[in-house]
Amino acid sequence: MPVVFVPSLMRGLTQGRSKVEVAGQTVGEVIEELDRVYPGVRAKLVDGGRLSPGVSVAIDGEMAPLGLAEAVGESSEIHFLPAIGGG
Amino acid sequence: MKTTPRGGPNQVLSTTTYAVVGTRPIRHDGTDKVTGRAIYGEDFRLPGTLYGKVLRSPHAHARIRRIDASRAEALPGVRSVVTHADMPDIEDTISDLGEGSFSAKWAADNIMASEKVLYRGHAVAGVAAVDANTAEEALKLIDVEYEPLTSVMRVADAMASDAPLLHEDLYTDSLGETSEKPSNVASHFQHVKGDVDRGFAEAEVTVEREYTTSTVHQGYIEPQNVTALWSSDGQLTIWTSNQGAFGVREQVSSVLNLPVSRIRVIPQEIGGGFGGKITIYMEPVAALLSKKAGRPVKMLMSRAEVFQGTGPAPGGWMRVKIGAKRDGTITAVQADLRFEAGAYPGSAVGAAAVCMFGPYDVPNGRIDGYDVVVNKPKSEAYRAPGAPQGAFAVEQALDELAQRLEMDPIDIRLKNVAKEGTRRIDGPRFPRIGAYECLIAAKEHEHYQAPVGGPNRGRGVAMGFWMNGGGPSACTISVNEDGMVGLVEGSTDIGGTRTSSAMQAAEILGITAEDVRPSVADTDSIGYTGVTGGSRTTFATGWAAIEAARDLLGQMCARAAKIWNVDPSSVAFRERQFVTSADSSKSFNFGELGRELFSTGGTLTGRSNVSPRGVGAAFCVQIVDLEVDPETGKSQVLRHTVVQDAGKAIHPSYVEGQMQGGAVQGLGWALWEGYEFSEAGAMLNPSLLDYKLPTALDVPMIDTVIVEVANPGHPFGVRGVGEVPIVPPPAAAANAVSRAIGVRMAHLPITPYRVLEATGVIEPEPVT
Amino acid sequence: MAGKVHVSTTINGERIEFLCYPHQSLLECLRDVLGLTGTKEGCNDGNCGACSVILDGRVVNSCLVLGVEVEDRELTTIEGLALAQGLHPIQTAYLENAALQCGICTPGFIVATKALLDVEPDPSEERIRFWLAGNLCRCTGYDKIVRAVQDAAQRMASERGDAQAKLARQEASR
Repeated sequence: MPVVFVPSLMRGLTQGRSKVEVAGQTVGEVIEELDRVYPGVRAKLVDGGRLSPGVSVAIDGEMAPLGLAEAVGESSEIHFLPAIGGG
Repeated sequence: MKTTPRGGPNQVLSTTTYAVVGTRPIRHDGTDKVTGRAIYGEDFRLPGTLYGKVLRSPHAHARIRRIDASRAEALPGVRSVVTHADMPDIEDTISDLGEGSFSAKWAADNIMASEKVLYRGHAVAGVAAVDANTAEEALKLIDVEYEPLTSVMRVADAMASDAPLLHEDLYTDSLGETSEKPSNVASHFQHVKGDVDRGFAEAEVTVEREYTTSTVHQGYIEPQNVTALWSSDGQLTIWTSNQGAFGVREQVSSVLNLPVSRIRVIPQEIGGGFGGKITIYMEPVAALLSKKAGRPVKMLMSRAEVFQGTGPAPGGWMRVKIGAKRDGTITAVQADLRFEAGAYPGSAVGAAAVCMFGPYDVPNGRIDGYDVVVNKPKSEAYRAPGAPQGAFAVEQALDELAQRLEMDPIDIRLKNVAKEGTRRIDGPRFPRIGAYECLIAAKEHEHYQAPVGGPNRGRGVAMGFWMNGGGPSACTISVNEDGMVGLVEGSTDIGGTRTSSAMQAAEILGITAEDVRPSVADTDSIGYTGVTGGSRTTFATGWAAIEAARDLLGQMCARAAKIWNVDPSSVAFRERQFVTSADSSKSFNFGELGRELFSTGGTLTGRSNVSPRGVGAAFCVQIVDLEVDPETGKSQVLRHTVVQDAGKAIHPSYVEGQMQGGAVQGLGWALWEGYEFSEAGAMLNPSLLDYKLPTALDVPMIDTVIVEVANPGHPFGVRGVGEVPIVPPPAAAANAVSRAIGVRMAHLPITPYRVLEATGVIEPEPVT
Repeated sequence: MAGKVHVSTTINGERIEFLCYPHQSLLECLRDVLGLTGTKEGCNDGNCGACSVILDGRVVNSCLVLGVEVEDRELTTIEGLALAQGLHPIQTAYLENAALQCGICTPGFIVATKALLDVEPDPSEERIRFWLAGNLCRCTGYDKIVRAVQDAAQRMASERGDAQAKLARQEASR
């Protein structure tokens, strides 16, 4: 099952857990499932059907541009990160 | 293709050889630029244009009681005056500019102040007149009644419990919770890995120190400029020098509440950006002035306005602690970062936190970051935003550790260097990276082997990391009657990217770079393309060019099948020839088939819209030798070498250019540049005389080594190169000075005055 | 305000006349009155060199010269360097050495380079850096610019050598 690495700022919602195994085939499905177990997570990550501005997602170490639609593999690592801009 | 031999001032440690990629053709826009024919934003002219100027606040912090523009409107030659009242009411939307989020309400407020002015230089009104002089005279006739307020200029003062507030409705987002009371601290985040307390308990030696950096400006030589025409059919056209026409369109749409499809942004050639020309400033002002006057309006910032009215890089305060074993292995790290966001939230403190320990495998760590508003211009991106500041602290702490342990500074980094699979402190694991290879190349370099030589000399080493960006890019490639192609893309060209896109397409099509005519198109003529910044262009727009070329080849194979009357599935493009398995006597090269298209059904256009994954991270190691004059405190840079992993250098000369340019900007940040503020919050040095950019006389040749550890996420292995070279040099220069004079220099800039204070020649003033 | 002044001057070898106000800088006159936008504005107060032109053989910041001051003088701007036959060797050297990135400072540097090589055909690296210290570049870090100037010096020397050899051959064949 894919593993979500919970950002430290959200660990209050996941009872302190920093890693959670969550079923899902896309980032969107994973967030729904995570929110089912730990309510309040979706509100932090999703805004109006898209990943909140200011939130990026990395899958297996790669920044994933498709957001909620991005496919997730059986043993993928998923990181939600603050969006960081370049110059 | 010529492979550059080892040794010499510019080395390319090439791992693959291509026909076009890796060569050094003359850039396509070169002749226009060396003859003065290229049209930059300030050169653009339309008949009937009015000239606009901006009225700016003289106060660092004040309430606006009243604005009366009647005397200005009455001045002969004045055609329109605008203030925030002319801007539409907008919802506070947060949108995704692809490179960090963007608050429409704060952006609109920065463009022209509504209730308060939050920094000296904050725009308050705009005037359009028949010439620039009349517009300037008119500014003096706009009466603004201010109620001055106490200003806060430093993070420590802004964070005090009784600090005057910049925004009465700004609450701290602290570790996911919102504060009860408003504050100047916009956010507090944290990254945690492992067990920091246990890690420090295991340490056999610890270094801990505080560091500060000053506000610095990107220093592009061309000031901000815009020409706007709001025509009577409600269409808005904007000509501007900017790092991304689509980004400008999006921001203008947000701030002026106009649909994007009513706005056309036509990018002009741009005279430098470095991150400072991503955000809009005068575009909405010029648009509104044009709407009111019914004529085009052109605006050009003065140099003083550029310093005080745009977005410099944040200064701030940091504390870093590193614990290690006697053999140099890091056991724990801790950092506390407090950055000056300027008048509105959004400093680069987040990136500083992610990048500062990036080059190292750190088992336990905790980083706290604070984004703090102060009465300075809103900070914006400057080449790897946040990372030079973070590296200034960490790379010096490592240098101190190396000195304490009597270890070679490259060896201590080799001991801890991040590799494929290393987990970053913010979570993700690195894919294939070239950090180790850069350290080895630096260690083996003749510069590092040479003695430092001479008294008062020091050698500083530092390493930097930048994650690089992806994002959307579009490209079309059409075949001309003579068999050559026109390539259209949407990335404004700051440093040769139209040529690097052309080279990547040429490689795929089996033609030369000169056979491709690249052009940068406006927002009506190409698909959405992200900014030229974030070290994304050669990677992402390169991907777009490659995909468009592949798409074109597919279409041309189908056409060849028709011409040869064979089954389309039998046709392939192999070793620069279209061939068919149905008849080995038949083949076309690209040009030959291209010239057949027009008589066999017409031209073909390959196209792509990409948002590629597989961004490759960049690492850079720099070695700086300098000599400090004991009498004057002046540091003379003697020798500087930049080693960087480019993945694959598409055009090595322009990759070297990025490395050298970033290195010298970093030297400026380290030794000469910094905003000075009066007690009242006014910038004391808003000119190029007193804000000292490096000159040709201040720096030596910058030797380069391009390491190529291919990025598996790009067909040629490209890693972005534009930003990482500015990350190490402030620390490398500081390490060099520190070793030269025997005192750790933890505050930027390292001016002669500060050196003389450190060596005891001058009595230190109380730290402010 | 005073009315416009009539100025007669020579720019890039051509006799040019224009009208300007007494307070207008030469930079403004070149760019806004004459449409010669190759000379750039970077700071407008003499600190960046983007507006460099050659006035009576001397490189100056045109933002610090008044338009009316060039009456009956000889001015060279970036537009006057290339010939009908092709680029000036300095321009070619800048291109071949990739001595530009955004290119905004490039006209100023090329003009300043010409002023240098016209009086010092074989300058050392230190002399080049000293001479060009009044031209700011934020993109390149100056390395490739210095190399381009060294390359241009060699190209121009070789052209002179070729020209002298050609002249000598013509003399000999008479």
